Amino acid sequence: MSLKKIIFALGLIIALTAATLIFFTHGLNYIGVNVALLGLGAVLMRQSAYFSDNFYQHASPQSFYPTAGRMIPWFAWLAAVLVIYGLYISFAIAPTDFQQGEAYRIIFVHVPAAWMSMVIYLAMAFWAGVGLALNSKLSAMMAQALAPTGAIFTLLALVTGSLWGKPMWGTYWVWDARLTSELILLFLYLGFMALQASIDDPRKADRAGALLALVGAVNIPIIYFSVKWWNTLHQGSSINMGAAPKMAATMFEGMILMALAFWMYTIAVALIRVRCIILERERNAGWVKELSVKEIA
Amino acid sequence: MNNAWLTVLTRDLLQAYRRRSDIATTFFFFVIVSSLFPLGVGSDSAILSMIAPGVLWVAALLAGMISLSRLFATDFADGALEQMLLSPQPLALLVSAKILAHWLVCGLPVVLLAPIIGLQYALPNEAISTLVLSLLLGTPALSLIGAIGAALTLGARGSGLLVALLVLPLYIPVLIFGSLAVAASQHGMSPQAHLSLLAAISLLALVLAPLATAAALRISVE
Amino acid sequence: MQWESWSAFFNMGGYAFYVWFSFGLTALCVVWEVIALRKRSSEALRLTRLLSQND
Repeated sequence: MSLKKIIFALGLIIALTAATLIFFTHGLNYIGVNVALLGLGAVLMRQSAYFSDNFYQHASPQSFYPTAGRMIPWFAWLAAVLVIYGLYISFAIAPTDFQQGEAYRIIFVHVPAAWMSMVIYLAMAFWAGVGLALNSKLSAMMAQALAPTGAIFTLLALVTGSLWGKPMWGTYWVWDARLTSELILLFLYLGFMALQASIDDPRKADRAGALLALVGAVNIPIIYFSVKWWNTLHQGSSINMGAAPKMAATMFEGMILMALAFWMYTIAVALIRVRCIILERERNAGWVKELSVKEIA
Repeated sequence: MNNAWLTVLTRDLLQAYRRRSDIATTFFFFVIVSSLFPLGVGSDSAILSMIAPGVLWVAALLAGMISLSRLFATDFADGALEQMLLSPQPLALLVSAKILAHWLVCGLPVVLLAPIIGLQYALPNEAISTLVLSLLLGTPALSLIGAIGAALTLGARGSGLLVALLVLPLYIPVLIFGSLAVAASQHGMSPQAHLSLLAAISLLALVLAPLATAAALRISVE
Repeated sequence: MQWESWSAFFNMGGYAFYVWFSFGLTALCVVWEVIALRKRSSEALRLTRLLSQND
């Protein structure tokens, strides 16, 4: 059996197990999540199997450029479908929260944005590390392509968090552990982008940025821990965002769907951006010139 | 190997001694920043002693940061850094000597000056001794983490402000535990836990930061 | 369905400003990012073509 088939089978098994697990523990409540999970697993595994088949061949900008172009519509459509379904669940199906009223519906953007801000940073650090270890240009470009989207989601998490805080706590900003950590994460993103922007040689910028992303990734757990520690000591009040004591199943489903939609959106956008970066950097390479001639014809 | 380490250390200290005005800048920066707060906030000693832990730690953070850009820049300009990269000694080791020199020149004066500033802020005696201890444990981490930022921004444009953007977020845990330690002893509680965590951060930085700095130097110089 | 009328839906139980600001800002960011990327990629393609025509 080829590596491709093994990975494909593994992905399907994981997706199936997750789906059945959710089905048996929560019944039909999460049927939407189940379907999304299965479809997503199949699509993602198909793609990753395609890559692992021949990593080094696909890891060159030249062969990735058209592949990325083919992948973008898939992820974009997936994001569109998921966001429509997610918004439908969030606004039409999810019940009113008996404590927070309708204001709680902000979590359908706030929590997924906060999740994505962290996931994207980890993905960025992962690609940066791969780029540094294997000296692969494309990985570094991927890290660079993810950063702006991650920063946007961090900013959104901050703004929606304070918009949620105003009706709940009476002020726009509380030095809550989560909001504070999110603010520091924004600083980390800004530092990464500023460093890359201020080094002229792109390969040097790649590697310096990669090292910074890794240092940041090592620091994030320490920062989170310290902020939490600081928060519990400074304000004993039990303000705790996100951890609603009893969340209706549909609320959770809406949140998951929105998070998946954001995730697919992130992939699509990062792929578009990586294509731009490839074009901007490899402008003088022969294949880019051929490609542009082909696209004119 | 130890010989090379000592050579780098004494060389950096000698250089610092010859440019005494540079050290004085860091030193007076700390004094001026921490003297500005009472002028802005007012001279009420209750308020001053309340904000003292945070203010003094932030001032120490900034004082450590403004001197970072000099850490490698002169060696980079005169070619000494390239020699270190080419030398058979492990680069991380030589870097650690440079960081130690930086701490002795920029960190230690702040630690020694802290009790006097603490008196200005009406801190009780136990809090002052905790302040000195926390600075002693925490400022090495500042020099160590800062060295990574200084090495990364070596070849970048406008590195003066960039280093602040890179390094200050990473300083946050040190700031938190340092100022909490002082605040704890102010309120008659034991600062032990905070000081232990501060020491843990410094030790972790001592292990990892020279390696990361060496890698960053290789990226920036080559 | 949670809502009795469209106006109740838009009113969001009195929290209209907070809820719609959050969702609106998110939508705005997404639209802005997509438009900016469009611009960037068409600019990159245009420059690449210019370069290859000069050869």
